[in-house]
Amino acid sequence: MKSLGSIRRSFAPWSDPAAKPYISFENVTKRFGDFTAVNNLSLTVYEREFFALLGASGCGKSTLLRMLAGFDDPTAGRILLDGQDLRGIPPYRRPVNMMFQSYALFPHMTVEANIAFGLKQEGMPKGEIATRVAEMLRLVKLEQFAKRKPHQLSGGQRQRVALARSVAKRPKVLLLDEPLGALDKKLREETQFELMDLQQNLGLTFIVVTHDQEEAMTMADRIAILDKGEVMQVATPAEVYEAPSSRFVAGFVGNVNMFEGTVTDLSGGAASIRSAAGLDIMAHNAGAASAGNPVAFAIRPEKIKVSSRKPAASDINVAEGEIYDIAYLGDMTVYHVKLADGQVVKASSLNASRVTEDPLSWNDRAWISFSPDAGVVLTR
Amino acid sequence: MNSTWSRFNITSIVLGFAFLYLPIVLLVIFSFNESKLVTVWAGFSTKWYVSLFSNRGLIDAAWVTIRVGLISATVATVLGTFAALTLTRYTRFRGRVLFSGMVFAPLVMPEVITGLSLLLLFVAVGLDRGFVTVTLAHITFSMCFVAVVVQSRLLTFDRSLEEAAMDLGAPPVKTFFQITLPVILPAIISGWMLAFTLSLDDLVIASFTSGPGATTLPMKIYSQVRLGVTPEINAACTILIGIVAVGVIAASVVNKRREVQRLRDEQAALRN
Amino acid sequence: MSDTAIAASQTGNGNASPSARALNAVKSRIVIIVPYLWLLVFFLIPFVIVFKISLSQSAISMPPYTPALDFSGGLSGILQQLSQLSFDSYLWLTQDALYFNAYVSSLTIAGVSTVLTLLVGYPIAYGMARAPATLRPTLLMLVILPFWTSFLIRVYAWIGILKPEGLLNQFLQGIGLINEPLIIMNTNTAIYIGIVYSYLPFMILPLYSALEKMDYSLIEAAQDLGCTPLSAFWKVTFPLSIPGVIAGCLLVFIPAVGEFVIPDLLGGSQTLMIGRTLWNEFFNNRDWPVASAVAIILLLLLVVPIMIFQHTQARAQEQDR
Repeated sequence: MKSLGSIRRSFAPWSDPAAKPYISFENVTKRFGDFTAVNNLSLTVYEREFFALLGASGCGKSTLLRMLAGFDDPTAGRILLDGQDLRGIPPYRRPVNMMFQSYALFPHMTVEANIAFGLKQEGMPKGEIATRVAEMLRLVKLEQFAKRKPHQLSGGQRQRVALARSVAKRPKVLLLDEPLGALDKKLREETQFELMDLQQNLGLTFIVVTHDQEEAMTMADRIAILDKGEVMQVATPAEVYEAPSSRFVAGFVGNVNMFEGTVTDLSGGAASIRSAAGLDIMAHNAGAASAGNPVAFAIRPEKIKVSSRKPAASDINVAEGEIYDIAYLGDMTVYHVKLADGQVVKASSLNASRVTEDPLSWNDRAWISFSPDAGVVLTR
Repeated sequence: MNSTWSRFNITSIVLGFAFLYLPIVLLVIFSFNESKLVTVWAGFSTKWYVSLFSNRGLIDAAWVTIRVGLISATVATVLGTFAALTLTRYTRFRGRVLFSGMVFAPLVMPEVITGLSLLLLFVAVGLDRGFVTVTLAHITFSMCFVAVVVQSRLLTFDRSLEEAAMDLGAPPVKTFFQITLPVILPAIISGWMLAFTLSLDDLVIASFTSGPGATTLPMKIYSQVRLGVTPEINAACTILIGIVAVGVIAASVVNKRREVQRLRDEQAALRN
Repeated sequence: MSDTAIAASQTGNGNASPSARALNAVKSRIVIIVPYLWLLVFFLIPFVIVFKISLSQSAISMPPYTPALDFSGGLSGILQQLSQLSFDSYLWLTQDALYFNAYVSSLTIAGVSTVLTLLVGYPIAYGMARAPATLRPTLLMLVILPFWTSFLIRVYAWIGILKPEGLLNQFLQGIGLINEPLIIMNTNTAIYIGIVYSYLPFMILPLYSALEKMDYSLIEAAQDLGCTPLSAFWKVTFPLSIPGVIAGCLLVFIPAVGEFVIPDLLGGSQTLMIGRTLWNEFFNNRDWPVASAVAIILLLLLVVPIMIFQHTQARAQEQDR
């Protein structure tokens, strides 16, 4: 996985202003009756990118995928693929293939026939079809299951057949609708890496729809976080986690502590914030905040330190509270610290050694502290 | 479950099935009765079967019935499948309420009304009553039953199968014939069998819409029954029951085998 | 919701002429058009004709009525004919108590038989639903099997049993239970037996599917909370099976009201049922206008309420989803 990581790091067409987008949604709106599934949304995806659409159910992510595949037409706006407007092109003429959430394997056909289906529609010669099918079966390690029908396969095998079928035609773009949703946790983790390898080896553009943030973080080059038909943020997994653009994104991805407050001072890009509960916070990166305006200071639990003694430094970024709850998770321990105003702050600490030198217990007095660059200031 | 309850259950099942089957069993037994009196046993004989096979009227009627049944079931299956597709796939078109009303109404329509109205239509357009009119009538009422059977299958049909086929490059018509049709085929076949049975079974509508030369078996049996019960009719009934029983049992054995195989496959799939 | 039809019309319309496009639209709609036209011609128009004839005067000719509403005369012709419409057939239905009695007795007989079928069918369906799982498919097949054999034959089979010198009387006299033969044949009792017997599978199937679906742990929970088996049945099992009860009762009641074969073969000459009255009016009295009026009334009394009921039920179900 190390080599993969290094390739990944150098792949960032989105930060290159000269790079041409491969797929673009331009002001796309989709309404079903009174319901607006997608609202004036714009988005670009680059060639060979592994792109994830992340959101809760009903956020419009599947609708985006279906519009790209050609099952639904946008109510307004347009979708371009490699510079071509897709409007009016039926699904069976689009160079895009989809892996369905339900897999949609044809129950009356063998594994082989399922994989060959798309190739036959192209009118590919028989010999070539056989070669391609064999190649696909090898790719997903199902060679000995070629003659089976879908109901004779396990869930994981079905998922691989669906995958092989959708990549068999070498589409320009592969759309994956909750590709791992039906698998159990262990299989899902294995398959995530298989999907990433496959995407690298075939050099395809993948767009995956998922509601599982871990899945999106593991696999994707970039993630678009959607809510109510709108894009909240498009960024790399690290950016989404460390620099969320809004309260929604910060709360949606991972765990977060949110301190609502007002900016009291801005100097040199740093912000001083006084929280509603009277806590003084200093943040090195003020973001878009301006003095006197309400903001939220968001900080991840692992960036908060808990100790039984007050840290030596000043009163800034420090608060006193009481241990309210302790969740021992093995690799780490999560402390819930109740501050004076009643807000409960989550702080996690890695259990790097087997014995903790500073044991904390229920109802102990405790101090939380964090460094000025550990959190982000959010205006939205 | 305690034992008194299950004893009660067994008793009600045994009595219930006795009620369902005893009349049929008695009918079959008395088809082998030597005596002309259906209800007095006078020894075993197959003479009624012999006389049955020399009864031209009954044999002709049987032929008419089978031909009407085959033609009407086949046409009704096509029309009923179309109707089912319309009902499930086209949720909006002008006159949809009327259409679904016309599909479901014949299911609850007393046969006498259906028969009467069709007859009056045939008289109004001057179509002579006979083979054609019975067949048309049977198509009309059995297509609605086919539509219901196929519709209930289509409602559980996973539309993403069709989307997947189109996504892989199959145009709609091809998708229908390569994916939709094969998947719903079992329902279409049971629709056909239902239509065929309804046609074979129908007395009332056939009586209204049939004419000279197109007497169906139920009409023939009915007219003979009205004249009195004869062992010959028992013999005819026994043959019909035999055919149906063999057919249904064979079908269910095949089904059962397939089901067992399927379960075994699924278990095997889970193991590897 | 990409419609196959819409997609189909998109396939070949790149630069097709308008007429070709229209043809394409027709082709893609053939699935609607063919059954629609068929049902219009063979289902709806016949009812218009029945309605029309019910407003005609009967005549001794072939066909035995003078036509009403001849549309060839244009609008003025129709208006003129409207004044000549004859409601004689409907008047006749109200004047002769025979018809009213036939309607009432059809509904009564169907109602009583439905209740009887429920009483007979419920224990069987319950027993089946509680049978070992391996046995259930076989039991189910045994219930369906008689349905595939001819209805006429099953009714016919009862004649030999119920006749005064029939098997039932022979048996009862044989064991010395009765001295005189019971007169069942040609009475309403025979009709009840015939209907219960013929429609029993229609009652058992929906009941069975309602009872079989039910989670047995519900009854265990009820008993755990202090119900006796009997009160658990009345408080849990039966209420949960009510959808099956309603479906089964409708499936029996509806065809029973218009039943012809059973009253004709098993019932006596004094048994009035509307299906039989219509048949007699048509075939024996050859009074087509009155037969048509009987049909129209039956339609209004029976079919229309059922259609409305089913429509609202389907609506409610859709909303539940």
